[in-house]
Amino acid sequence: MEKILEVRNLSKVFGKGCPNCFEKTGPELNTNICPDCKSVVAAHDLSLDLYKGEILGIMGESGSGKSTVVKNLFFDQDPTSGHAIFYDDDKQYDLFSLNAAQKRHLRNHHFGMVYQNPHLGLNFGISSGGNIAERLLMNDLRNYKEIRERARELLERTEVLTERMDELPKNFSGGMQQRVQIAKALAINPPMLYLDEVTTGLDLSVQAKILDLILEIQQEMNTAMIVVTHDLGVVRLLAGRTIVMKYGRIIESGLTDQILEDPQHAYTQRLVASAL
Amino acid sequence: MTAMRKANAAYPFGFLDEYAKKEVRRTVLKAIAIPGYQVPYSSREMPMGRGFGTGGLQLTLSIIGEDDTLKVIDQGSDDSVNAVNLRSFIEMTCDGIDTTDITDKANLIQSRHRIPEKPLREDQIIVLQVPYPDPLVVVEPSEDKRKIMHGEADYSRLLVKLYEDIVKFDEITISHRYPTCINGHYVIDPSPIPRWDVPKLHQSKALVLLGAGREKKIYAVPPYTDAEPLAFDDMPFRVESFNDENGQRRCCDRCGDDTSFLDEFDGQGGEKVYQCSDSDWCREQSIAKGA
Repeated sequence: MEKILEVRNLSKVFGKGCPNCFEKTGPELNTNICPDCKSVVAAHDLSLDLYKGEILGIMGESGSGKSTVVKNLFFDQDPTSGHAIFYDDDKQYDLFSLNAAQKRHLRNHHFGMVYQNPHLGLNFGISSGGNIAERLLMNDLRNYKEIRERARELLERTEVLTERMDELPKNFSGGMQQRVQIAKALAINPPMLYLDEVTTGLDLSVQAKILDLILEIQQEMNTAMIVVTHDLGVVRLLAGRTIVMKYGRIIESGLTDQILEDPQHAYTQRLVASAL
Repeated sequence: MTAMRKANAAYPFGFLDEYAKKEVRRTVLKAIAIPGYQVPYSSREMPMGRGFGTGGLQLTLSIIGEDDTLKVIDQGSDDSVNAVNLRSFIEMTCDGIDTTDITDKANLIQSRHRIPEKPLREDQIIVLQVPYPDPLVVVEPSEDKRKIMHGEADYSRLLVKLYEDIVKFDEITISHRYPTCINGHYVIDPSPIPRWDVPKLHQSKALVLLGAGREKKIYAVPPYTDAEPLAFDDMPFRVESFNDENGQRRCCDRCGDDTSFLDEFDGQGGEKVYQCSDSDWCREQSIAKGA
């Protein structure tokens, strides 16, 4: 299998930080706030690998740092320390040492992101077709007809009525907005897709459809994904491997089935036991 | 006039003090060196409201010398209010300069909303008054973010605006201030010139200087520089059409020319009348026809 992403010792601290931050926080101490300097340790010493076409689940309660990982990898935030290498065919990108323009290039040409809240991923002032067009234009496609066609294709793929492609996303239901967001993220066939709580807040039938869609996309396009969720069902359905996080640390990682059937860490055991 | 000149004797040539003029000139040099980049400058208080062309005026006052011949235009005309007032102010404060209405005779042209129809020459400079220098302001309210977008030549959101226009109206509806890419990188707002004038920026023989007084920015299109209006491959940029209902090109009511940018008026009987927007061009065509 070909590696696509390698993250080593990623840490993110909100606040000024002190030498004791990492010692005095963590799941053992039941806090992620440093008692000395009051900084929040959102993530510490995270390492993970991702292979082509693989789906990796990141699971944990709110505030455990799941989203922080993805935001750092998508350049929405800058990490405090750590390395991440993205492999694109024979090229390698050291993610955290790139300049702004290179980061933007990676975001536009190689990464896709779907946020929990469609307001973050979509521009509500322009039509859904326009939102997808934005992504294509960033990718240097300058032909109006081609852009229209590609946008229509993607909306069809994500089961949004193409008759409504020129409507503003604010007229859409939450599930449809989410599908437009997925279509936008997929516009450039990114080899790497980040999904941050994509089904949270949607009703069950819509959730099922979106999860189906994600699986289909993975199988069709061999897209590698990191799926952040607190929903065991989502992880069970999508992810081959899973990481469980608490207070910014990885407390357990392995094959999803293994983690769900035979959890080792006390927190994971509780998490699995409490699932409906 | 002499009495007025005496009254103003306390002011230096060009109204602005030497340091102010020097700063503007330095800004101009930088603007020329980085085509299309909006260079910030201090923009002094002028004895007229910001928004009345103070950006263009400061440029003109800073680069004009006693040997220069100046033409001031507002909407193509030398006789409209803004042009008349700016011209008399410059005459008042710059002793010894010549002013003219004739495009050919001027070596410095300050203009609002138009570039003359007559192709400009290498020895001419045109100064344009700009209300809103940043084309990205329609898609991004934060100047900090706009600066980053300019730096990275990230204009996709501007193109999305064009896309939305085509979706809604089947064509790009921007009538003036058409975003134009200079020298393959920076996109500028070429002041409120109509689309008609945008191609004149491309490989222009004359130096084009643009000054925004209120927004405190100066930028330039140096001579022989590429200026490409943003567009799609299959929806190319096009200028205004002056064809009537039958597809016939309208011509000027006064001089009969059918190649210039036309203004529309209501005639005596309420009918539509079309005349050249560029008054000097119209005069020249009339003379040529008469002879």
